[in-house]
Amino acid sequence: MPVIEVTNLHKRYPGKVAVHDVSFSVERGEIFGILGPNGAGKTTTVESVIGLRKPDGGTISVLGLDPIRDRDRLRTRVGVQLQQSELPERMRVREALELYSSFYPDPVDWRELVDQLGIADKVGTAFRKLSGGQKQRLSIALALIGNPEVAVLDELTTGLDPQARRDTWEVIQRIRDRGVTVLLVTHFMEEAEYLCDRLSLIDAGRVVATDSPTGLIARVDSGARLRFRVAGPFDPAVLTALPCVTGVRRTGPQVQVTGTGDLLAQVSAALGAAGITAADLRTEHTTLDDAFLALTGHQLAG
Amino acid sequence: MNRLARITSVELRLFLREPMTIFFGIALPPLLLVIFGSIPSFAAPSPDFGGERFIDVYAPALIATSLAMLALSSLPTILASYREKGVLRRLATTPVRPGFLLTAQVVSHLLMALVSVALLLVVGATAFDLPLPANALGFAIAVVLATTSVFAIGLLIAALARTGRLASGIGSLLFFPVAFLAGLWTPGPVMPEFLRGIASFSPLGAGSQAIKDAWSGAWPQPLHLLVMLGFTALAGLAAARWFRWE
Repeated sequence: MPVIEVTNLHKRYPGKVAVHDVSFSVERGEIFGILGPNGAGKTTTVESVIGLRKPDGGTISVLGLDPIRDRDRLRTRVGVQLQQSELPERMRVREALELYSSFYPDPVDWRELVDQLGIADKVGTAFRKLSGGQKQRLSIALALIGNPEVAVLDELTTGLDPQARRDTWEVIQRIRDRGVTVLLVTHFMEEAEYLCDRLSLIDAGRVVATDSPTGLIARVDSGARLRFRVAGPFDPAVLTALPCVTGVRRTGPQVQVTGTGDLLAQVSAALGAAGITAADLRTEHTTLDDAFLALTGHQLAG
Repeated sequence: MNRLARITSVELRLFLREPMTIFFGIALPPLLLVIFGSIPSFAAPSPDFGGERFIDVYAPALIATSLAMLALSSLPTILASYREKGVLRRLATTPVRPGFLLTAQVVSHLLMALVSVALLLVVGATAFDLPLPANALGFAIAVVLATTSVFAIGLLIAALARTGRLASGIGSLLFFPVAFLAGLWTPGPVMPEFLRGIASFSPLGAGSQAIKDAWSGAWPQPLHLLVMLGFTALAGLAAARWFRWE
């Protein structure tokens, strides 16, 4: 039985439909991602999953429980980190951790958590004196402090610098290794690609596709892709004449070439023969961004 | 209950880290009593005050002022900012319901109000021979109703104001007329008769007059008690009706 099962979720706010029709299911021990642009309905979806919002349609089951009806039983088994939820300004990190530990029947040792999250030296600091990244890591600690079976994390690494982001990803992987199921909401493609076993792409309140990151990429993989810069005049015909090239697109000095087979060798040979100097010639891989673009017709980021 | 006690003790600790609230809500009224009590003319019986001393007629207004600071300024600001900043929202994701935090805040503020009243009585009695309230039960009833009426108004502000800043603004705006009618500037007999009539219909005008009556040994007037009950019920119901967790 799936740990989380969402079927035909529908949620309206006055004057606006936030979620049209969202279905997905998350298996035990999985890191499942919900990836989509801002305003796609991701947050409303997770808020419904954890019982903060009552759906207008559809059904949700988490650990076999109904998030609204079995609210209290679910809360001890699901850890949640939400966006835009702060702590009292003058509350110190240690006080928050001790207080939140006391809410749960079987909490983890918060000292280990703050060690793993790299805020062990901040336990005496007031919340308002923490940096954005430290607040974020404290939020994650509070979500995990109850030793949950399911962790729901909304925009996990927003506000973190790249190093802190990597560290946080490792923490999430360690949590999963302990058997915790993770539902991860993000608009950050790289995060989804790195962490998620499977993910749903959500756009305008609907699920566009659900698959593993490689599976999603494979759906749209159109072969090889090259990118380089040219300084002077450049006639695309030099490349379109090649049998392995399927498309050439120029934006200012940037040229993008798509094609199949041994694209790199043939293109560089053709450029050399035509006397064109190509700078920063590199192969590009298809990403989730490309998958999203292909499936929805618009960019994920932006 | 254990959880509520824990949250309350944490919130109390946070409260004690707010120097401004401590000063205006708890320390200022006894301090004013000390200042006025140290001025010889205010500490001597005067025909202007019906043969009583200025500090005798001023003490009830000081109690009312302390209640007004805590209930109108501190409480709604904290509650509205807890909602605005998602503190309640975060709590809603844990096994603890956000109502616990609301209760903990009200309890903390009530405890502080109690401390402030006790401080005023002790300072007055030890330093300035201010007699303890002659009608202790009447005094307790008057203080409790004054407290509930003004706390209900504070909760209503917290229910209506979307942000902590707005709650703080509304609270400060309300504080002045409420404290004025309680006699902070024109205590007891100094307040013109017609104004005292109007003040009887304000929560702390009724409150400080009821407190004064009980202090002197009489029972509070039914009108004053009814006014305070009315504010408690109306503002309390409205607050419950309109309060939103986010």
